[in-house]
Amino acid sequence: MAQTARRAMFFRMVTRSLTRRRSRVVIAVLAVAIGATTLFALATIATDIPRQMTREMRVYGGNMLVLPADGQTAFDIGLLDQVDQLIEPDSLIGSAPYRYQTVRLNEQPYLAAGTDLAAVRAISPYWYVEGDWPAVGDEILVGQDIADWIGLVPGDLVELVAAAPQDGPDPASGSTASGSAPAPNQADDADPASHPTPASQSGSASPDDPAPTDDLLASDLTAFFTVSGIASTGGEEDSMIFLELADLEALTQVEGVIEAAEYSIVLNGGQVSQLAETISARIPQVSAAGVTRLTRSDSYVLDLLQGLLGLVTGIVLALTMIGVSTTMMAVVAERRNEIALLKALGATNRSVEQQFLTEGLALGLIGGLLGCGLGYGVAQVVSWTVFHRSVAFNWWLALATVALAAGVSYAASLLPVRRTAQIDPALVLRGE
Amino acid sequence: MNQTGLTGETLLELRQVSKSYGDLHALSQVDLTVPTGQWLSIVGPSGSGKTTLMNIVGAMDKATSGTVLLDGVELSQLRPKDLTTIRRDTVGLIFQKFHLIPHLNAVENVMVAQYYHSMPDEAEALAALTRVGLAGRASHRPAQLSGGEQQRVCIARALINYPKLILADEPTGNLDAANELIVLDLFHSLHAEGTTLIVVTHDPEVARQGQREIALDHGKVVSEVRHG
Ligand SMILES: Nc1ncnc2c1ncn2[C@@H]1O[C@H](COP(=O)(O)OP(=O)(O)OP(=O)(O)O)[C@@H](O)[C@H]1O
Ligand SMILES: [Mg+2]
Repeated sequence: MAQTARRAMFFRMVTRSLTRRRSRVVIAVLAVAIGATTLFALATIATDIPRQMTREMRVYGGNMLVLPADGQTAFDIGLLDQVDQLIEPDSLIGSAPYRYQTVRLNEQPYLAAGTDLAAVRAISPYWYVEGDWPAVGDEILVGQDIADWIGLVPGDLVELVAAAPQDGPDPASGSTASGSAPAPNQADDADPASHPTPASQSGSASPDDPAPTDDLLASDLTAFFTVSGIASTGGEEDSMIFLELADLEALTQVEGVIEAAEYSIVLNGGQVSQLAETISARIPQVSAAGVTRLTRSDSYVLDLLQGLLGLVTGIVLALTMIGVSTTMMAVVAERRNEIALLKALGATNRSVEQQFLTEGLALGLIGGLLGCGLGYGVAQVVSWTVFHRSVAFNWWLALATVALAAGVSYAASLLPVRRTAQIDPALVLRGE
Repeated sequence: MNQTGLTGETLLELRQVSKSYGDLHALSQVDLTVPTGQWLSIVGPSGSGKTTLMNIVGAMDKATSGTVLLDGVELSQLRPKDLTTIRRDTVGLIFQKFHLIPHLNAVENVMVAQYYHSMPDEAEALAALTRVGLAGRASHRPAQLSGGEQQRVCIARALINYPKLILADEPTGNLDAANELIVLDLFHSLHAEGTTLIVVTHDPEVARQGQREIALDHGKVVSEVRHG
């Protein structure tokens, strides 16, 4: 009871002092707020922009492609195990193998991709699928353009027709398709061969086996699939068919070879390039390349920002410290008479110090909160002008900023507040 | 009027008290005994050491030599922390310049004294303000009060913890005649309750209100008069 009343009075004295001595308080709060603004703005940009860019890379698909080595058109799927060993498991969001095959549907040739559909979905969450992603075997995704053309809806049963494999399929020679990236991801430095050429129409590996190009032949392989969903991406996927690699292998009776693998890895551009080089060097059968989506200047500015963050944090904290400490010196000097009066009334040095330190802490909290608001505004403006994108408000960062501002303000008040101990209560009667 | 030493006990005793500031002797070998319940007036020219004496008696300053016994405690032996306790528990202070905390309102200024003494109690603080005739001004800040009203807030603050000794340094120095009367009335009622009062004043009329009047000059007690 007594404690509650005392605490309430303490709170009342501190808040009155803060709310009724505005001009002083405003200066002290500004000193903290300017520091907090700078810190919060910089930290927001330095953390949010790269985070956004990483996320966008995920949305756009993978950021690394593994393709057959030069002169090859396909590689053994077993090689992916070796690739995986070179990637930090924590940084891997997902990877999907791709094998391309021209199949006929309603007498028309279309490009089909055999892949790991769950992985594709994880790597490319931006795909719009009407209906469902294939959940079980014998289900496929059909591109929007094909569905429109033929008039397919989810749930339809279709028959896919593939040419029979040539004798002795040789993974190394690549009997399936010419080197190509998974449709949406053209690697910057990958072979620019745009549309994959259908295997059945490309040059055959064994010339003595006449490749039938006519209608359904006895040697053609067929299988029935259910259209589980219609995929629409606005890209080349709209004119493709997607099915599980195992289903495509069963259909074509060729196993174990793929033409590409797409990786989504949480690494920056430079790190991905380095990883790709390592992979290409260690596994001669494949050639890996990073897919860069940031412009060079963007990533340069980001690197600069992150480098500056540490330096600026130090400077800003020091300046805030000096600003608050100077203001508190002035406050203590200005309130000498009040402090003397409190002591004459029986206040101990400790209780006077406690009151002023609490004021210092409160100034820090207010300044920190203000700094988060202002800093977010500044970050938004800078982000729009420099990166043409907006930044998100990070609550953890805000919490850290407020805590830091309060801590610095408290620490900066320690020394000035120590001086109140030297103020003599006899001052009051002398009445300066 | 009451007789000197209502109970016969001594509240304050100064023996050979001196206070020097370098070469300057603000007080020299002052001997003074104040019985409990007495109203003592102190007069003297400017610079004669009146305020210096009040600071020493009020445990806000230490004598250079001599002994000060307040309520049985020898002040010159105490550490700063114990002096704080004496100020808190034994003394109530009233000043010429009213010395209120500018950002607190009237009732909060009274509650500050409660806060450092024991426990703030707004109802009790309001009762003290009522006693000095300021019931309607409790939520006014010092800047919104007249000089007389500010002085009355100080008196309410000085009496809120029932101190044994009230020290007033020129309490009416900045007041008009009407407010001077109000303040003196309050002193009379405190005196009637048994509170010991030491009042420094330049005003012979105010000095005459006390039972006893001493005059200081150059740090020495030069004369003593008994009133009523
Ligand atoms: N802190 C100090 N340092 C040096 N000298 C001081 C100090 N305080 C008081 N004095 C000197 O001590 C002497 C007594 O001062 P004091 O304030 O006690 O006088 P006073 O009787 O209260 O005067 P007044 O009527 O003007 O208030 C004065 O000469 C004053 O200048
Ligand atoms: Mg004086």
